Amino acid sequence: MFDSELFLEALPVLLKAFVEVTLVVTVLGSLLAAVLGLVWAIALRELPAAIGRPLRWVLDFIRMTPLPVHLLVVYYAFTQISPKTVGILVIGIHYSTYMAESYRSGIDSIRSGQWEAATALSLPRSRTWRAVILPQAIRNTLPSLGNWAIAMFKDTPFLIFISVPEMVTAARVFGGRNFSYIEAMTVAGLLFLLASYPTAVLMQKLEKKLAY
Amino acid sequence: MPTDSTPTTEAATSTDPAPRIEFEDVEKKFGKTTVLKDLNFTIGRGERVTLIGPSGSGKTTILRLLMTLEDLTDGYIWVDGDPLTHDRRDGKRVELKPKQIAQVRKRIGMVFQQFNLFPNMSVLDNITEAPIHVLGQSKDEAKENALTLLDRVGLRNRADAHPTQLSGGQQQRVAIARALAMDPEILLLDEVTSALDPELVGDVLGVLEDVAETTDITMLIVTHEMQFARDVSQRVMMFDGGQIVEEAPPEEMFTRPKNERTQKFLEAII
Repeated sequence: MFDSELFLEALPVLLKAFVEVTLVVTVLGSLLAAVLGLVWAIALRELPAAIGRPLRWVLDFIRMTPLPVHLLVVYYAFTQISPKTVGILVIGIHYSTYMAESYRSGIDSIRSGQWEAATALSLPRSRTWRAVILPQAIRNTLPSLGNWAIAMFKDTPFLIFISVPEMVTAARVFGGRNFSYIEAMTVAGLLFLLASYPTAVLMQKLEKKLAY
Repeated sequence: MPTDSTPTTEAATSTDPAPRIEFEDVEKKFGKTTVLKDLNFTIGRGERVTLIGPSGSGKTTILRLLMTLEDLTDGYIWVDGDPLTHDRRDGKRVELKPKQIAQVRKRIGMVFQQFNLFPNMSVLDNITEAPIHVLGQSKDEAKENALTLLDRVGLRNRADAHPTQLSGGQQQRVAIARALAMDPEILLLDEVTSALDPELVGDVLGVLEDVAETTDITMLIVTHEMQFARDVSQRVMMFDGGQIVEEAPPEEMFTRPKNERTQKFLEAII
């Protein structure tokens, strides 16, 4: 049966794991992914094919192989790095390959007339990106970036593979100690929902704010 | 007139000032389709020339080549005697570096059929962006110039609006102000009224007529507005199949076209 006392007891324990690991990994991982994804998207458009093509292979490889495999490989290859840092880096890079695709479609959606007008004004390439293309492209990309951030958030339990004590691991430990898993897992699920939902709402608000 | 640019052999050996624009044996292919072939013509300083002809005759391609929006397949384009994209060195055709191309391109401005204003910027920022970041004007200087230009196109009160809040005709007038803010020697007008509602065409053409009267900017105009062509240009060139089939002052071209192809074309559109 559902033990509400156990539920309340699990709450602070899991909240601590949530804030210290899940939230930290998600926020830093999202920032890393958002920045790297943009770098990939621009590089794929600007670099000559000799560099661009191999880069595309690497990104495709990362995107098409499972996250837990990456976590384990990097975890065992770089034992000197703390598992939590490995988690942030691997999750960030993994999701940067998805975000790069979102940025790419955002950039592709900008009409050629915008590039042509920038050329006609002799704007330097870097200025064209910064002042004309990216402000429009990122606005188009934002909803999709928000979705990837939420997906990343829900992928943090994979950190269990490299023994980072994120929230679901904490819930398992708590459940094992008290011979009842349902309360702690319910708390974990609720915390996920409580964080995901406002994030989604926030993204919608941001989108509206960026509209012109 | 540019004095800071390096004269080429062409310009250096010639005693007359070089023409504003010279097309020399220009060829342009899109894939296997040849749009322009062995095209030669010159445009004088301050001259205003209208290009007419059926769609696919290559007139818009000429403007796009001048704006470096398309790559030349063969031949040369000279602006004030300076090579635009390719130079001749020891009889060989050499492609210029992007920085060199940018130097000459700065003298050229273009207004597009679809306006192509930057929707993420205010009207004012659209106009000041390039003067600040290309010409190195201060923000205040660029703003002041922009407001003067907006006055000229009758839109000073919309400086803080965003392009999406403007009508097509207003957007196009902002686009004209944006091109003029770069103080171009050459202005390319690519069917600037074709995307406008008929009742908005007059305002835009009025602004352009004013520019033609009050400046000595060389203008290359692609338009279907024959009255405008007649009012503004000193020469009309009729294109067909990537070749100039006839050229004459507008009165002559529109009243007594010599070429049969021109006659048919004018009959169809007037």
